[in-house]
Amino acid sequence: MKELVCIVCPNGCVMTVNSDGQSITVTGNKCPKGEQFAYAEETNPTRTICSTVKTAFPYAPVLPVRVSAEIPKNRIFDVMCEINKVVLRQPIACGDAVITNVLSLGVDIIATSNILKQSS
Amino acid sequence: MTNTDVIVIGGGPAGLAAAIAAKKAGAEVLLIEREARLGGILKQCIHDGFGLVRFGEKLSGPEYAERFIQKFDEANIEALTLTFVTKIEKTPEGIRLTAVNRNGVVQLLSKALVLATGCRERTAKQIFIHGTRPSGIFTAGTAQHFINLLGQMPTKKCVILGSGDIGLIMARRITLEGGKVVGVYEAKSTPSGLTRNIYQCLYDYDIPLYLSKTVTRVFGDDRLAAVEVCSVDENMRPIEETFEIVECDSLILSVGLIPENELAENLGVELDPRTKGPVCDEHLMTSVDGVFSCGNALHVNDLVDYVSESGECAGKAAANFLRRERTEIELIIGKNVQYLIPQRLDLNAEDLKTVLYFRSREVLQKNSLILTVDGCDVYRKWFSVLRPPEMERVEFDFGPLGLTPQSQVYFRIEEVERT
Ligand SMILES: Cc1cc2nc3c(=O)[nH]c(=O)nc-3n(C[C@H](O)[C@H](O)[C@H](O)COP(=O)(O)OP(=O)(O)OC[C@H]3O[C@@H](n4cnc5c(N)ncnc54)[C@H](O)[C@@H]3O)c2cc1C
Ligand code: SF4
Repeated sequence: MKELVCIVCPNGCVMTVNSDGQSITVTGNKCPKGEQFAYAEETNPTRTICSTVKTAFPYAPVLPVRVSAEIPKNRIFDVMCEINKVVLRQPIACGDAVITNVLSLGVDIIATSNILKQSS
Repeated sequence: MTNTDVIVIGGGPAGLAAAIAAKKAGAEVLLIEREARLGGILKQCIHDGFGLVRFGEKLSGPEYAERFIQKFDEANIEALTLTFVTKIEKTPEGIRLTAVNRNGVVQLLSKALVLATGCRERTAKQIFIHGTRPSGIFTAGTAQHFINLLGQMPTKKCVILGSGDIGLIMARRITLEGGKVVGVYEAKSTPSGLTRNIYQCLYDYDIPLYLSKTVTRVFGDDRLAAVEVCSVDENMRPIEETFEIVECDSLILSVGLIPENELAENLGVELDPRTKGPVCDEHLMTSVDGVFSCGNALHVNDLVDYVSESGECAGKAAANFLRRERTEIELIIGKNVQYLIPQRLDLNAEDLKTVLYFRSREVLQKNSLILTVDGCDVYRKWFSVLRPPEMERVEFDFGPLGLTPQSQVYFRIEEVERT
């Protein structure tokens, strides 16, 4: 038996997870997403990460980015390494990819701000 | 002098929502922002988790702001950026504002005013720490500004004092960027940040959270070299035998936020000592007729979705503002209620359907919010858990209660059987 806090929404339900090696039962979740989250935590935990990439523009030395979908928790620092290699030399818009299919994980690193477009 | 229906001060999510709502209600609107870009504090909140209630999506702060900025632009609302409001006065013609920008001093006049000035962080001056005054002591918001807007790492190894959400979010951010967070120290016995942030920002990255522990002294000449930490008893007094020295180059403070209301105070707006924001009625009108408040200036919010909602309420009401008599009664709070917004109810309003925001005083399991009028229970809402860091929202229509100026309207939180 394990206590787990669902981080999917601000409710932050405190759940109890019972795993007997074959099946997983979850209680305390207010909605089905909590169960999905608990299941993922037991098998393949994933997370979203948000960071910034460097730019060549003095008025915005960094541009905020995030992963387009969740990535395995144990690859977070590998992905951070890739994000930190980037230096943007062209203005891009919110939603544009900065890195496509990062580390072959099937997700992109996308810009989350229009600051480069607005100021150019 | 520019003359308009509604002026909104502050271009964060509250001000943007207020301006859009006021314009939609038919008013001529002008928004004033001291920074170069709209978006407020969200510009530096690059983490995700914004907008779940409103959009059902986990957006980052800039993305959430972008959605409102787009609507703001589409509505063709005028904005004066890089303009700082320095003075507000009430005159017979309306509300007169003095602001400064690159063109010098500008005078503006409006029928109604929305204060959406956000909040500021408590700083080292407001907490009591002994020792030298080296550099390397700054707030979590400052760290956020350096890392997320300027791309500069202000620390290699830090201690975070206080478990507010910004501190938790910055603990994760610093770790992601290769910095070391030795620990988060919280003097209270329960964290002040959201539970999900404790998990996804600290536990995910093996950052320890120390409850009932605080920082008592700082060491270092030019730059911070170490801090002294210790456990505290229930009365927040340090326990002698627990002193410990922790090496670090920075002490990051996440010890709370205070609504920004300097302008409001100068105008004579009455403030609530519990929220540190203005006392408001159900339309978020302050004690000064025609002056409205919303967002973090009204009270410190944990979710931006409700910031936008309060902005919309204030903006719409400001657009519809007509000078008339108010008949106000107090919404009295008691047992276990930390604060409640609105604090007053204007019985002359056409519609008494009201959104109530409240926080409990402590963590409570299986409790109900109970409303009594003249001693009789008239409403009850059950909550499986209430936590002070997590604001609750309830909609209630006071209309059918037939309230009079003599009515005693009283809210409390109590453990009662679920009905
Ligand atoms: C670090 C941090 C992390 C957060 N994390 C989350 C989260 O994960 N999820 C979530 O939902 N919410 C989160 N929030 C809450 C949410 O972002 C805020 O509650 C919201 O941004 C507040 O909006 P606001 O418009 O009231 O204030 P602000 O965004 O602070 O905007 C106020 C604006 O007013 C301007 N201003 C002030 N005074 C003047 C003046 N005199 N003249 C002209 N302009 C002036 C300021 O420049 C500023 O732009 C977080 C907040 C912070 C601070
Ligand atoms: S279980 Fe559902 S309601 Fe509870 S935190 Fe998770 S997503 Fe939110």
